[in-house]
Amino acid sequence: MNGILLLEQSLNGLQFGLMLFLLAAGLTLVFGIMDMINLAHGSLYMVGAYCIASVATVTGSFWLALIVGVIAAAVFGILLEISILRRLYARDHLSQVLGTFAILLMCNETVRLVWGAQPITLNPPEALSGPVELLPVLMYPAYRLCIIGVGLLVALFLYLLITRTRIGMQVRAGAANREMAMAMGSHVQGLFTVLFGLGAALCALAGGMLGPLLAVQVGMGESILILAFVVIVIGGIGSIRGAFLGAMLVGCVDTAGRTLVPMVFESLLSPEAASSAGPAVASILIYVLMATVLFFKPRGLFPTHG
Amino acid sequence: MAKSLLPKSLDHDLNWRWSSLVLCALMVLPFVANAMGESFYIALATRILIFAIAATSLNLILGFGGMVSFGHAAFLGVGAYTVAILTQMGLTDAWLVWPVAMLVAGSFAFLIGAVSLRTQGVYFIMITLAFAQMMYYLVVSVKTYGGDDGMPLLTRSRIGMWDMSTDTNFYYVTLAVCVVIWVLIARLLNARFGHVLQAIRDNEVRMQSLGYAVFRHKLCAFVLSGALAGLAGALLANQSGFVSPAMMQWSQSGMLMMMVILGGVGHLYGGVWGAIVFLLLEETLSHFTIHWQLGLGALLLAVVLLAPNGLTSVFKHLQKEPSA
Repeated sequence: MNGILLLEQSLNGLQFGLMLFLLAAGLTLVFGIMDMINLAHGSLYMVGAYCIASVATVTGSFWLALIVGVIAAAVFGILLEISILRRLYARDHLSQVLGTFAILLMCNETVRLVWGAQPITLNPPEALSGPVELLPVLMYPAYRLCIIGVGLLVALFLYLLITRTRIGMQVRAGAANREMAMAMGSHVQGLFTVLFGLGAALCALAGGMLGPLLAVQVGMGESILILAFVVIVIGGIGSIRGAFLGAMLVGCVDTAGRTLVPMVFESLLSPEAASSAGPAVASILIYVLMATVLFFKPRGLFPTHG
Repeated sequence: MAKSLLPKSLDHDLNWRWSSLVLCALMVLPFVANAMGESFYIALATRILIFAIAATSLNLILGFGGMVSFGHAAFLGVGAYTVAILTQMGLTDAWLVWPVAMLVAGSFAFLIGAVSLRTQGVYFIMITLAFAQMMYYLVVSVKTYGGDDGMPLLTRSRIGMWDMSTDTNFYYVTLAVCVVIWVLIARLLNARFGHVLQAIRDNEVRMQSLGYAVFRHKLCAFVLSGALAGLAGALLANQSGFVSPAMMQWSQSGMLMMMVILGGVGHLYGGVWGAIVFLLLEETLSHFTIHWQLGLGALLLAVVLLAPNGLTSVFKHLQKEPSA
């Protein structure tokens, strides 16, 4: 019984971790290459999820909505980069935090204005709504398996993109040393616009995939944005490999914490103490993880900058 | 940090000629408000003063120490919760409760600072944010003290015979606290400690090689700033009669940061101007529409893009222009 639960929870952790990776991948590249803090990254996730949910309601097709939403978010991201964010690269972190925080406030209010304050529903595609029998005793929702599949595919795509292509080479060069990469003739500005669009598309993909599991609502971007920041800080800013590892770590620790910690506490403490201490410890676990990593490795697990 | 944001001199003048004028205006404000029958403005002014303290405490590390802390609301919340919990236990003497709130917030700042200050730049921003989130989730899940719903403050803290229950009297106490804090902060910044702190902000490596205890100075400032934020939290709890985890949310830290930047990073009165402008804006905009955050966001973006030196420096610029 315990083994089954453990397996199910590790699948959940993997699934959550992969979705975090989609968000963190864009964020870490933006951070690493342009040395830019983008608090509005979560807004792209939110806008993407809302677009997908709306199109899905109109057309009735989840997959069509996913494609439309991802493209819309990419266009939105590129427009945002060209119109506003580009002006913030040369500024200090403080201005970047403030400027993107302003964008975040505006996105939240605009979404509230257009779609209202109530959460909206996004249903998973019909074909994937049932459970699948993985092992004779383990039933697992098909949709969650699909998320894992999509996440792994995207991770593979990014891995190939970063390690096997010319663009990927320029990205790595930019993350390691921006000035040198520019001096060697790579067009970092244009590259960055493309990357930003890619990051936005990945955000929307994560938003659309997680939409049926979590609520599509205003403010959904913030909570996951902070998790994505935790991921890239643990992994080392600018490193895709670090982001992947960090995302897996955070996803598993968070999921395991939420199920295992209360169980352990219940067996050790009185029921009242366990019921109040369990959730508290579970929800701060990943922050403890981050603080610990930064304490021993102040630049994350895979630092990219020389 | 961009050098252009900062004042040229390491000494910070309290500017008594102007500030005593403002102080006089603030002294008579309750009379005017009561005469107009708009006692609401007294509560608003108190709130502004409290947030001015909070923003100034952040400015101490952000503007004068160059440490961009993204978790300052946590200390505010710690101070507020300390007061609420002590009040629940029957301790209401302000001379006891408020210093304890500062002490507890300062202790948290010591622990958080001791770990966070090992990191630099972006990592520092993120680790302070992470610690603040930890505190937030801790408070949310501790059901004994209200959990998500927060807890009410049954009575305001007492100061001797002074009746704190009226808004006017509480306003004067807050004002007095403000004056003491500004005099002390100006003294501190103009003393050796303040000069060293600002020099560390400008060139940490050089200060290190000159033999200054960089880490100790930064930690000291961090703890002091946390304790001041705790005091602001204690006042805020008293003013609103209610504490809740929402006080510690990361958007609150963002708001405090905004106030500092609006007002002017590294200017003695930056936090004050920021708090005034920010809260008045919030007040007016929310009168017009429930979507006031849209306007606020647009304005902020405009400030960041067009007036990066903050409002204080704009005023200074305007003042100096004729003579130049």
